Amino acid sequence: MSATFLGMPGNFPENAAIAVQDSQLRFNLRKATHTIRDRRASVVGELPDWQELRAAGKAIKDHTLRNLDRYLLRMEEAVTRAGGTVHWARDAAEANRIVTDLVKATGETEVVKVKSMATQEIGLNEALAEHGIAAYETDLAELIVQLGDDFPSHILVPAIHRNRSEIREIFLDRMPEVSRDLTDDPPALTEAARLHLRERFLRSKVAISGANFMVAETGTLVVLESEGNGRMCLSLPETLISVVGIEKLLPSWRDLEVFLQLLPRSSTGERMNPYTSMWTGAVEGQEFHLVLLDNGRTDVLADEVGRQALRCIRCSACLNVCPVYERAGGHAYGSVYPGPIGAILTPQLRGMGSELDASLPFASSLCGACYDVCPVAIDIPEVLVDLRAKAPHAAAERAGMKAAGWILNDHERLAKAQRAATKLRKLVPKRRLPGPLSAWTDTRDVPEIPEESFRDWWEREASHGQGAE
Amino acid sequence: MSAREEILARIRTAVAGAQDVEIPRGYRTERQVDDLVGLFAERVDDYRAIVHVVPSAGVPAKIDECVRGRRMVIPEGFGRDGGWDDLRTADGVLTNCAVAIAETGTIVLDHGPGQGTRAQTLVPDYHLCVVRADQIVPGVPEAVARLDPSRPLTWISGPSATSDIELNRVEGVHGPRTLEVVIST
Repeated sequence: MSATFLGMPGNFPENAAIAVQDSQLRFNLRKATHTIRDRRASVVGELPDWQELRAAGKAIKDHTLRNLDRYLLRMEEAVTRAGGTVHWARDAAEANRIVTDLVKATGETEVVKVKSMATQEIGLNEALAEHGIAAYETDLAELIVQLGDDFPSHILVPAIHRNRSEIREIFLDRMPEVSRDLTDDPPALTEAARLHLRERFLRSKVAISGANFMVAETGTLVVLESEGNGRMCLSLPETLISVVGIEKLLPSWRDLEVFLQLLPRSSTGERMNPYTSMWTGAVEGQEFHLVLLDNGRTDVLADEVGRQALRCIRCSACLNVCPVYERAGGHAYGSVYPGPIGAILTPQLRGMGSELDASLPFASSLCGACYDVCPVAIDIPEVLVDLRAKAPHAAAERAGMKAAGWILNDHERLAKAQRAATKLRKLVPKRRLPGPLSAWTDTRDVPEIPEESFRDWWEREASHGQGAE
Repeated sequence: MSAREEILARIRTAVAGAQDVEIPRGYRTERQVDDLVGLFAERVDDYRAIVHVVPSAGVPAKIDECVRGRRMVIPEGFGRDGGWDDLRTADGVLTNCAVAIAETGTIVLDHGPGQGTRAQTLVPDYHLCVVRADQIVPGVPEAVARLDPSRPLTWISGPSATSDIELNRVEGVHGPRTLEVVIST
């Protein structure tokens, strides 16, 4: 079973400091992020109405969130009418319990899974394992992560941190049927994964998925994918259980015309992903269960600035352009949601009680590249700054900020402070400030304090009658 | 309180007093494409699928040529005899489609007559799809408008593929590894 991110120790700066020492990781990440970045730019550039699509995508999501209660009820009604069963889960434990009970009711001890962020977020595989149910990931990258007892490090390409020879080693080690002659050629590795999963697809009775979108008007669920493992899981097993975050809703069928243009181009940088499956209720004799998941989303919704993070469609374009992600990699974020979107989503979903979660809003240079590429225009820097203010700060920092505020709020106090600083300038160290202030100078130079403040210079010059010509 | 009631109550509290927004739909919903067949063929070919443009009278002969030597699943309603029944040992599947999209090179199946079940179009390694020229629409919005959401839908853009290993695109993972499209004009 792959490990879970929940309760991960450390903090972002420490994790990142270790990650940047790994030259293989940096090489893999740089190559991958730059490749997808260029592909995205090229297919987005093909559409003359990209900004109009982006504006519509943003507004559709905002409108849905504003009326989420109404649309969830409509979704429930439509799915029920089409023969499906709808369940509601307040948190991870409740969702895991619902899914475990549904699987147990079928009598099966194995399930196949389509790559799903929501089920990773709630640690579903581990919860099922505790009840003797084995969950098999079927997306190639998820399979690599699961077989390697590893963590995903990217939303779209979870094994982005692994190169071909590492993947070959994992397959040789964990796939008993695979030949020792397996090469590290990507087509050969892909063929090994195809053979490894083929029989499992054909005999599995239960599948678990997430969804990219759900349409309230019609009760339709939508899954976008590339490999066909999604189609296998969604259409072959007798029972299908989909765990979907409540924010994945769209009001009307027509809204798909916007998101089916925004998502593939932002995500894989293709005009369209190879396969998209849509189904409404119980299809072709299947039994269908939909689990609607809150797990912190309503807390995010209550925050006026932070709620825009719920517009996210998990395309990962923000990861691919982020200079911090490119160097630190996904694991440093300690969450299934890495990169810029993770830095605003994780602390809101989990709260900032742990050292790791409280460090995430600072995992950014605020350059704004993420905002530019976001297909639903989430102003990530705005939310980061807002979360930084809300994050817990050390007593010394709070006292320092309070003192600075007191001085800067009054021009006479500021003038006095400046005069005091010029008198003491010789005592200020050139490179490194003492005590806790050294954290600031570790990555910055101490600004030089001038012999005379501008204010004093102005007054002196004006008294000579030359200052204000 | 049930989970349902509690989640709904939390939502109502969270959004109380928030402004609603108008949805601007300034994007293209109808576009002019002079050569729909040409654009569709070019975009399908970009995915490394095989494309033929054939006058309608020549389609049966083209199908004969494509399926020769292959055990083909032929779904009900396609109007052609001699199909192979066993999905696991079939070499390929032959279908029509519901809609096709020129701008993205996409074929959409609604699994109606001649399009088979979802499993039939997935398990065999080769998919031969016949698209009539009048089924091709310019863009995604025109396709969404033509489709019936109460039917299961499968959107297909090229053969199954993955880029999970160092972002090298590899065609053919779990879905059909070869997609061949006959456009009937």
